[in-house]
Order: sequence, then structure tokens, then C-alpha cells
Amino acid sequence: MTDIFYTKDHEWIKVNGDEGVVGITSYASEQLGDIVFVELPEKGNSFDQGKDVAVIESVKAASEIYSPASGEIFETNSSLEEKPEIINEDPLDSGWLYKIIIKNKDELKNLMSEEEYKKLIGA
Amino acid sequence: MNKNKGLDHDEQLLFEVGDINKTGVDLDDIDNLDQMIGDSFSENEIGLAGLSEPETIRHYVRLSRKNYSIDAGLYPLGSCTMKHNPRLNEKMARLEGFSDIHPLQPISTCQGALELIDLISSWLKELTGMAAVTMTPKAGAQGELCGMMAIKQALLDRNELNRKVVLVPDSAHGTNPATAAFLGFEVKTIKSNDKGLIDFSDFKDNIDENFAGVMITNPNTCGLFETDIVKISELTHKSGGYLYCDGANFNAVVGKLKPGDLGIDAMHINLHKTFSTPHGGGGPGSGPVVFSDRLEKFCPTPLVKNIKGDFILVEDSSEKDLAKSFGRLNVFHGQMGMFVRAMSYMLSHGADGLKQVSEDAVLNANYLRASLSSHLTPAFDGFCMHEILFSDDFLKDTGVETLDFAKAMIDEGYHPMTIYFPLVIHGALLVEPTETESKQSLDHFINTLCDLVERLKKDSDSFKAAPVFTPIRRLDETQAARKPVLRWKEEPLIAV
Amino acid sequence: MRYLPLTNDDRKNMKKIIGINDINEMFTNVPKEVSLDPKFNLPNHKTEMEVGKILSEIANKNINSNQVPFFLGAGAYKHHIPATVDHIIQRSEFLTSYTPYQPEISQGTLQYLFEFQTQVSLITGMDVSNASMYDGSTSTAEAVSMAKRITKRNKVVLSPTLHPQYAEVINTLISSNEDEIDYEFSENFEVEKLISKIDDSVSCIVVQNPDFFGSCHSLEQLAEYAHSKGTLLIVVVNEIISLGMMKSPGEMGADIVACEGQSLGNPLNFGGPYIGLMSTKDKYVRQLPGRIVGETIDMNGEKGFVLTLATREQHIRREKATSNICTNSGLCSLAFTIHLSLLGEMGFKKLSKLNHEAAIKLYNKLKNLEGFEVKNNSFFNEFTVKVPINASVFVEKMAEKRNFSRSSSI
Repeated sequence: MTDIFYTKDHEWIKVNGDEGVVGITSYASEQLGDIVFVELPEKGNSFDQGKDVAVIESVKAASEIYSPASGEIFETNSSLEEKPEIINEDPLDSGWLYKIIIKNKDELKNLMSEEEYKKLIGA
Repeated sequence: MNKNKGLDHDEQLLFEVGDINKTGVDLDDIDNLDQMIGDSFSENEIGLAGLSEPETIRHYVRLSRKNYSIDAGLYPLGSCTMKHNPRLNEKMARLEGFSDIHPLQPISTCQGALELIDLISSWLKELTGMAAVTMTPKAGAQGELCGMMAIKQALLDRNELNRKVVLVPDSAHGTNPATAAFLGFEVKTIKSNDKGLIDFSDFKDNIDENFAGVMITNPNTCGLFETDIVKISELTHKSGGYLYCDGANFNAVVGKLKPGDLGIDAMHINLHKTFSTPHGGGGPGSGPVVFSDRLEKFCPTPLVKNIKGDFILVEDSSEKDLAKSFGRLNVFHGQMGMFVRAMSYMLSHGADGLKQVSEDAVLNANYLRASLSSHLTPAFDGFCMHEILFSDDFLKDTGVETLDFAKAMIDEGYHPMTIYFPLVIHGALLVEPTETESKQSLDHFINTLCDLVERLKKDSDSFKAAPVFTPIRRLDETQAARKPVLRWKEEPLIAV
Repeated sequence: MRYLPLTNDDRKNMKKIIGINDINEMFTNVPKEVSLDPKFNLPNHKTEMEVGKILSEIANKNINSNQVPFFLGAGAYKHHIPATVDHIIQRSEFLTSYTPYQPEISQGTLQYLFEFQTQVSLITGMDVSNASMYDGSTSTAEAVSMAKRITKRNKVVLSPTLHPQYAEVINTLISSNEDEIDYEFSENFEVEKLISKIDDSVSCIVVQNPDFFGSCHSLEQLAEYAHSKGTLLIVVVNEIISLGMMKSPGEMGADIVACEGQSLGNPLNFGGPYIGLMSTKDKYVRQLPGRIVGETIDMNGEKGFVLTLATREQHIRREKATSNICTNSGLCSLAFTIHLSLLGEMGFKKLSKLNHEAAIKLYNKLKNLEGFEVKNNSFFNEFTVKVPINASVFVEKMAEKRNFSRSSSI
């Protein structure tokens, strides 16, 4: 059973047991335009919820990615190094950024449901 | 294949036209002495392409013809101030007594250099009405850093480094928050009001016991004079902070008022904007900083001192004058070549001419404003200073964006104005004509812009395609950033 | 006023169209307590001839490098500059253009910067270079700050033979509370001693080569050890002509190279404007500060150049920028690149040799002079001499003996 949660900064996290996969929403990828580079965190590093963990760059902008949950990174999407445009093409699936061992599942209560997020972006 | 287009010649890269066995200089013969470099000696090939003198000149002349320049046409870049660069400045900077002297010469052999630094310092202090000046910063951005470092040093001296918050208006140049953050300050943004000015009540509400100071551009980036500036400086000082003024727009008020009368503590001056040193395609710049008496003793090293007509250079931080200095910003003493050019400009204008400079700059901008308001949409009501800000309202429902409009100007023979800055105005277009444009030139520019606006309704597609008359069309910036190619490389030979 | 095109009639007509009688009506935002039209204790405008006379008189109070034998170095060097260089950099299209933000009408600037980046990469032996910085000292400080970003470490080790004013600049621009800068100025360069200072908390080690005293060093061993601890090697070059006959910093294992490029194309100017060079390895390119030009194609598939990787810069990232730097040294980099195009591989290497041989000849004369001690075992075009009396007194005395005929500079 996979749950998906959203942040107000347009990240999503898919939760499966203690593991989470993090990416950015379609809305965010459209706003950023053509993505040219992604700076991903290193495996083994830990981040707190809401801390900046990665940077996504388009031609004219660079945006911080804030971790939706606290925990340790155990995998990053290495295909983005060569082809950052995957995020534009498929932000919700193959354009994922990193995987994390979620430290405290209670924190997920601070996030939004799909319905709440859709309301936020006026979809 | 011939890709020349009339006067525009296709020109390949130096490494494609040059040759490793070619040179454009004749040098004396070598004696072939035994080298004394030691282990790190090398005779390996570097791979540098060479050209003879005629080929060199042709290569660079052909390249030059692909550039727009102020000498060729009006350059309405708001906040950048592209004004005429008098050639006397260039001639003066090339006097051997200025250009061919070494920064470490014995003091007795460079009295003239120190006198020039002292002279330009005294002019800048008088024009700004400030207590002190440092000439060393290498460009405006370094000047800004210098001013904020003096503020940090002053807070350290007061033992009040808890004051970490620097307020920056949302309309500020990007360098302002970058500089404050670089120094470890916490940047808080203050809002602009619907008149394009700092919202005084928002400023007031953001002051607390951690307030270090505020960075204000005046006239601001919307081309407006901050009318509450004296109130802001009084409250800043009462609250224990400092007022940093970004002097990028000093050219709008030079000779007209003294920034010192506004209560500022530090201000950098971009010599190219106010005092006409050439922009040179992006430098070199020079960014002297003037200080109030409160910050004077925290100035960077070195200092030039005039002792009854004898000039000395104070460099040692153990000297009394530098005891509280925050240190050295760069090697040697600043951009001498730029000081000479700026001094030549100041002497040429004098106090009366400089006042005329700012009045004409403001007059030209308001003339554009009055003449363009029927076709473009000024972002704010009322008079502007030296530059006029438009929003993209006039482009609404045309399908044309600010960028397209700017590119279409290129086909009309103009460099576009500054676009998408300041960030507070949607699709901003910031136009600065400067005082060195004639009325005829402004009228031609006005007619061109009005014609373009008329064309929006009839032929919006042409804007999307523009420019078409340039050596090259719109470029793929996404590819450039995704797969950076930042130097020439010899293509690998195909194996037979 | 010769630089102002508006006539009084123009001004009158324009005021009418704007709808004002008095110029000060446009300055109504200026607070009442601030005087418009204050008194300035400054002279009024002057003719071209008067200005020329005033500034020439000041210039003539200096002794310039063409008048006397000239032995000054230490970060600024007198070399002959071909006449072509100064002619081309004064062309309107280079002198009076802005930063190339509109690539369609700036290909001239963009292409020469791309060529410049290639030349700098080649002579430093690195993968990529930026489009220049203010000068060698600020390049060095930016290199240190870049190394700190890459390694996420705060400790910095400076070689004792680094230019002391460069060390001061690093100290001013880099140090914050959590930083630690290890620098003790001395003439003793010992690789073993430097190695002993490196551990896995050191972000970078900064070595000048040839060093401040003129000595040349091999750095392979140092580079290898530094890399084993995850420390970056920054190599600083003050005299760029030395690279015509020395192993490049890249060959010796440098991660970032910071140079003063004044020696090519740029006059002494009493210390500025100069030109900082900065180059690095491909993998660090997105941490490189300053402007960078890249190749791309236009909508017709034609090759062209643009400023790229701009997202690192202050006007986009604001408080998260890699540096607050705005300008490069545009026109100085043009002078550099023209001079190096004229020299080419052959000229550059020969110029290097000529410099070295002139220094050897002087070295051989001085080493047998009684009371003098020549300190170097190796050097490129400058070396250190211990003089029998106080050095600054000695230098002033030498300057008084300025009447003998000048030698040529190379």
C-alpha cells in the first residue's frame, strides 16, 4: 500500500512502509521550465523535514528542494545526472529525486493530501 | 561554404583560423642557456593557436562587428547607465606616467599617482558630502561588499554581533542580498508599496533588537527617489543600525544633492555609471565607497594620506589610522586606470556640468515617459528620475511577451532595455536614456517603440521570430546549460 | 558642455511636453530638508586642453617604467605590449558595449570570451575556465571559497611563500567565525611541512608557483597526498609568462588554478585594472564563480555563443549565489586574448625563454657581487636578493640613481 503526500513547496513523497520516494509535482516542473541540472544529496546523509536537500536548476532559475520528511538518504536517481529533462517529462514517476528511510512517520501529518494540494494550486 | 552576409563576415574560432606554428610578434633571439627552473621545467606542447598581425586584426575586427555599442546607437539599459565615454578619458589613462607605473614603486617615484588618488578622493567626498572614501574596491559589487564589511566591523567594535538582520527591499539589485548573505547576515525582505517605494510601516515593523542595518538603492530600481529616506535613516540610527546606500543610481542626482544630507553611512559609486568609464563588454569596473564619520575608522587598507603636499601610502594595519580597519580587499591599491578616466570626466564637467548631467538625465527620462505613456504602461504614476519603468500590461492579450518585444527592438536597430527587472513588476521593461542622447535621438526611439506597439495588433507573429537581421538568431540556452561546451577542443581524428 | 547634446531650446520644449516649468518639479520626492542645488567647493567645467594639462602635470610627477631600468615584480610585471592590442581594445564595439546579455547582438564579445576560456584552460592545463575575475588576489580568494563549497570543510592551509597581500585578501574575504586559516609568511617552502598540515578537515591547500620569492616547485607529491585526504590543491600563478616553460598546474595535479593575467596585454597601471584567471576540472564547473560563456546553436542550427550556467549568479540566486561578483574584467581579458593570439605557441614559449634568460644573466652577475646574497636555487624571471643595508633605504637610493640609460623590457 503506497500513500502519497505533498508539501506547500511542491514536493511529493510516496510512502511505502519506512521508505519514501521524493520528487517534485507536475505543477512545479511546469513552473520551472526546461530543467538543465539537478544537484542531488549524497547517499548516507540525513536531513530534517523542511531542510533544503537538493537544487533543481532551469535556465533562468534555481530552486531549493526541501525534504518532505526527516531521515537518511539511501538512493538517488542517478539517471538525472545525464538527463535532467526526465523531470520535465515524467515528474511523478521516473523523474523521482531520492529515496529516504523515514525516521518519524508522525511528521507526515504535517503534509498535504492530494486533494489539499490540488486545492492549493487551484487545479 | 560561404556564410558571409554583406558586411557581416562569418568568422571561425581562433583555433580554427590560427596555427600552432604561426606568430604575430618578432622577439629577440634566445641564447639557449641552461634552464634554472628545476624539476618543473617543461617543453610540452600547450596547443596555443597563433596568428600573424594582419590575421589578428582581421579576426578581431570581424568579431567586433557582431557587437552593438553605445557609440553606434542608443543603449537604453535601465539600471546599467550606458552613456557616452569621452575619448579624452582614454587618452589620459594612457599617459605613460599613469599606465606604466608599478604598484610597488618607491614612494618618491609615484607621488603623482598618489596625488591623483587623493584628488579623486576629495572630489568624491565633496560631491557626496561624506566624511571618508576608500578607492580600493575593484567593482561596484566589491564596493558593496566593502561597505557592508565596514558595517560588520563597526558592530563587532560595539560588541553587538547579535545584530544579524539586514533589511533589503524586494526591488533591490541581486547583489544586495548576495552580499549581505555572504557576510553571514540574515536577509529579510521589506515590501514596496503601490507607489514603488519602500513601505515605511513594513520597514518599521521589521526592526527589532537584532537589526544590523538596511540596504537601500536611491533613486531605487523603479527609477524613483525614496521619499521617506530621511525618516528611514533617522529610525535606522535610533535603532542602532546603519544605512547602506547602493549608489548605482547616483548619476541621477550627482551635482544636484549630497547623499550625505540623507543620513547614509556608506555608499558605493560605480565609476562607469556616474563618471563615464567605459563598460568594456563587462568590466573592468571600479567601486569606491564613501563613508560617514561613524564608519570612517573601519575602512579597508591601504589609505593614501596627504601630509602638506607629500603623499604617503598607509598599508600596515599596526598604524593608528588602520587599527580598526577590516583589512585588505585586494592586492595593491585599486583601479588606477579607472580613476584617471573618471577624474578626466569630473574635471571636464566641473560642479556646474555635473549638475547639468543629472538634470538632463532626469529630463530625458521624463520626456520618454511623457511621450510613451500613450502606448506603453508606466508601472507607477508621477515623475521618474533617470529611468522609467513599464509593466507588460500593454502586451496583454497580444500573445507577445516582454522578451519578444525586446528582441523585436533589435531588428529596429536598438539594444533592448533592461527586462524582467526589477522583480516587483510583472514583465518589467526598464528604460534609461542617459543625458548623452539628443532630442532627435529620443524622438526616433519614441517613434520606433510606438510603431512596434501598433504592430502588436496586426502582426504579433513577427515578434516571436525576432530578431531576423542579426548575425545569429535566438539561441538555445537550454542546451547550453544542460551540456555545457565551454572551450574549443580539437575533434578526435576518425580512425581509418 | 561638449558631452551634452540637449540645447536650451530642446530643454524648454521637452519641459513643455512633460508639463513642467521648473526642472525641480521632477525632484519633488526629495525630502524638504534636503537641499537641491547645494554648494560644492569644486571648480566649474574645463576645456579638453585644460584637463589634458592638469592630468599630464600629475602624471609627469611619476617615474614610469619606460624612463629607467626597471626590476619590479612581485605580482605585477612590465612586458612589451604589441601596438595591435591597444588598437583593437579601443574599437567602439568592444570598448562601449555592455555585458553580453543579448547574445544576438553580442557575438563578438561572446566569441572572444570563449576563445579566452580555451586559452586559459590550455596554459593552466585544466578542463574549463571562467570569463575572468577582478585580479589574481580576488581569484585566489574565490578559489578558496569554491573549495570550501565543494569539500564542505572550513580549514584552509596557505603556503608560507604565498604573496602576503594575497593572504591578507583571503583573510578579509573568506574568514568567518568557523574558519581557520593557517598561514605563516616565510621564505621556506617545504613540501613535507605542508603535507604534515593536511588532514581530512582541510578544504584546500593554496600554493603559489613560482612562489613569492621567485622559486619554482614540483607539486605532484603534494597534490597526491592532498587528494588522498579529500583536500583540494589550489595553485596560484602571479607571472603567467612562466607557464611557457613550466609544467602546467593541471599537469602537476591542481584542482583549481587562480592566476594574475596582467602580464599578457595589460599595462602596469599602478596596480589596476588587472585580470584574474580561474580554471578548474570539469566536475567542479557548476561551483565556478563568475561569468561563463558556452557554445550552443540558434533556431536555424547555426553555431553561436551565450552566457551560460547563470543560475549560480547573484542576479538569479540572490542570497544563495556562489559569489556576489557581477563584472568580470571584460576589456582586460580581450587584451589578454589578443596578445596571446599574436604570440601563439611559438611566441609564448620564446617570450618565456627570453624572460628566463635575462633573469639568469642578472643572477650570474649578482651572485658574485660582494655583500649581496642571492637566495634562490630555482627561479623563472624574478629572484630574491639580500642586500647589505636596509632594503627600503636601498631601493630609494637606487631610485635616485635613475640617470643611466634604460634597458629594454621583454
